[in-house]
Amino acid sequence: MSRQILLGDEAVALGAVHAGLSAAYSYPGTPASEIMEYLVRLSAESRAFAAVWSVNEKVAYEEALGASFAGKRAMVSFKHVGLNVAADPFMNSAITGANGGLLAVSADDPGMHSSQNEQDSRFYVQFAQIPGFEPSDHQEAYDMAREAFDLSEKFGLPVLMRLVTRLSHSRSAVETREARPQNELKKGTGKDWILLPGNARGRFSQLLDRQAEMVRCSEESRFNRLELNAGDRSFGVIASGIAYNYFREAVAGDAAPPSFLKISTYPLPESLVRRLVAHVDKVLVLEDGYPFIERQVRGLFGVPGKTVLGRASGDVPASGELTPDIVRRALGLGPLPALPVSGLPLANRPPQLCAGCPHADTFKALNKALEGRAGASVFGDIGCYTLGALPPFNAINSCVCMGASISMARGASDAGLHPAVSVIGDSTFAHSGITPLLGAARADADMTVIILDNATTAMTGGQPTYGSGQPLLRLIEGLGVPKEHIRTIEPLPKNHETNVRIIRDEIEHRGLSVIVAVRECIQEQRKKRS
Amino acid sequence: MKQDIILAGVGGQGILSIAYVIDNAALADGLTFKQAEVHGMAQRGGAVQSHLRLADGTIWSDLIPKGQADLILSVEPLEALRYMDYLRPDGTVVTSSTPFKNIPDYPDVAQVLEAVRKAPRSVVVDAEKLAKEAGTVKAQNIVLLGAAAPVLILKEASLRATIDQLFRGRGLPILEANLKAFDLGRKAALGQ
Ligand code: SF4
Repeated sequence: MSRQILLGDEAVALGAVHAGLSAAYSYPGTPASEIMEYLVRLSAESRAFAAVWSVNEKVAYEEALGASFAGKRAMVSFKHVGLNVAADPFMNSAITGANGGLLAVSADDPGMHSSQNEQDSRFYVQFAQIPGFEPSDHQEAYDMAREAFDLSEKFGLPVLMRLVTRLSHSRSAVETREARPQNELKKGTGKDWILLPGNARGRFSQLLDRQAEMVRCSEESRFNRLELNAGDRSFGVIASGIAYNYFREAVAGDAAPPSFLKISTYPLPESLVRRLVAHVDKVLVLEDGYPFIERQVRGLFGVPGKTVLGRASGDVPASGELTPDIVRRALGLGPLPALPVSGLPLANRPPQLCAGCPHADTFKALNKALEGRAGASVFGDIGCYTLGALPPFNAINSCVCMGASISMARGASDAGLHPAVSVIGDSTFAHSGITPLLGAARADADMTVIILDNATTAMTGGQPTYGSGQPLLRLIEGLGVPKEHIRTIEPLPKNHETNVRIIRDEIEHRGLSVIVAVRECIQEQRKKRS
Repeated sequence: MKQDIILAGVGGQGILSIAYVIDNAALADGLTFKQAEVHGMAQRGGAVQSHLRLADGTIWSDLIPKGQADLILSVEPLEALRYMDYLRPDGTVVTSSTPFKNIPDYPDVAQVLEAVRKAPRSVVVDAEKLAKEAGTVKAQNIVLLGAAAPVLILKEASLRATIDQLFRGRGLPILEANLKAFDLGRKAALGQ
């Protein structure tokens, strides 16, 4: 036993290692990246388990599923939108089941600190009908990761843990326990892993048969907590995950806090919810994310005689991250006395590309090359270069999801937009850009793809990339892009004129061209030097 | 005993190193702590803030409610001002006077500092000058940590030991410069 300072992400990772983890897979994405960053460090020291940055989340999930098939404990982690990418194997793994414990961790980003949407991974827990965990603090993150593997093996099912940015990126001390040994190899047997309809039907009905048992297990979990205030039957609170902390903070000084139920496991612990609702007239549901619990408690037509408040009822803002102040307001508590603010206009300080970033030079050249072309559309993608949407560049017209720059440019070009330009990073290209480019190459679609090869996954802190350098060029050629329309540029101020000319030429070519802008991320360069 | 601190600055200014030192000192002093920090997109030259809570008992929320912070510790004056609504009516602001101007509409620095000084207690140090004096301009964050040290509920020895731990691997000159930066910041604050 020892006390260690850990990020929420790291607490999950260390809990998994101490649960006998054999293999972990991930694709970087804020706020989940630090899970794998930490595992990569630990595994470099101990060499006791595999810690792999995969090419994308779907691949990561399938790799983890394979390790589970082999009888070993495996983990896969990603941000919430990464779970969308992995949704196909994720949903199917609820039918194959897990052999060695399989833990999937999805880090949600309420408030969209660095994401395209706010989706709530708890719906995926429900969608797949598997057990889920939602820690409220670091100790729980560690403990739950350990227990998740036991539960996964007990049910023979994957388990999904949901984190939120606030916990992922919060640091605190965690009490660790002794590590358990890894599983022996023991490969999956029977037809469970062959999802032909005949097998899958049987497996699905087995999954449905286990639901009541999962609810019971959730009801007995030590991570949930029901406290009834015998003297006050008017009002009670249901709080899940990190929202529980804000609630306890708000009522910390009260001698007799309202009745409350803390929920940290899914499916919902039904009997605990019923006991709380029976005890009080009015229930406030506090949850970070969507009104997931609130809607289940209320049902379609409400709970007769009871009032249910929360995000759906409008008593808590429908979007954005919960904060202690929002929770105070929802509880009917006034703001704490604070200093009057100065009234001085505080200029905003939005994020921006690092001074000297290679992307800046590419955007400058691209903007120049597109000057005077009113119909031009630039489809952007996910990475540092998304910041090219902001001034001074204002260089992209869309940013939807990983890889969409290429597929959307193809669609826009089919629809008649010209020029249709796509801008995508090397890591994102490997993640989701290869398949749409294959399609575009087969059709020789009239579009220009600019791949920004900075030799890293920069936005999330510099993880390795699969799509850089010579292998990237060979890959592009192998996809069927005509060789004479695969060009490289070096985005540097001194090459501006040349780069503008090359981009212009390729835009004028009425067919597919790919321009690879090659220059290393300056942050990574700096790291190597120091 | 408890202390709630808003750490403020701009991405890349080393506020996470300040947090690292405080966290480890808190662990050494047997205190509980929670520190919510900013990663990812916001770090690219954007405004960055970290909520850091210290106590000798349970800390529930990772975030500090408005009006509850005992201290705003900022590596940059405009960023100190940005979170004033978090400060208790009797709170303290410790900030550098050196502006970080990566935006075109940075307000008048004199006005910003004047607004900072309206806090019930304020300590303004020229971190850039002191860090240079200590031997490395990079140590501005540690100057600020030193300037906050007299207010912090942490033992000074624990803070110094953690600075030691953080910089020892980067060579003796860097370590010594940072320890000196800490002392210069501390002295500057005590003189105010
Ligand atoms: S981290 Fe690298 S790629 Fe991202 S903005 Fe900075 S220099 Fe550019």
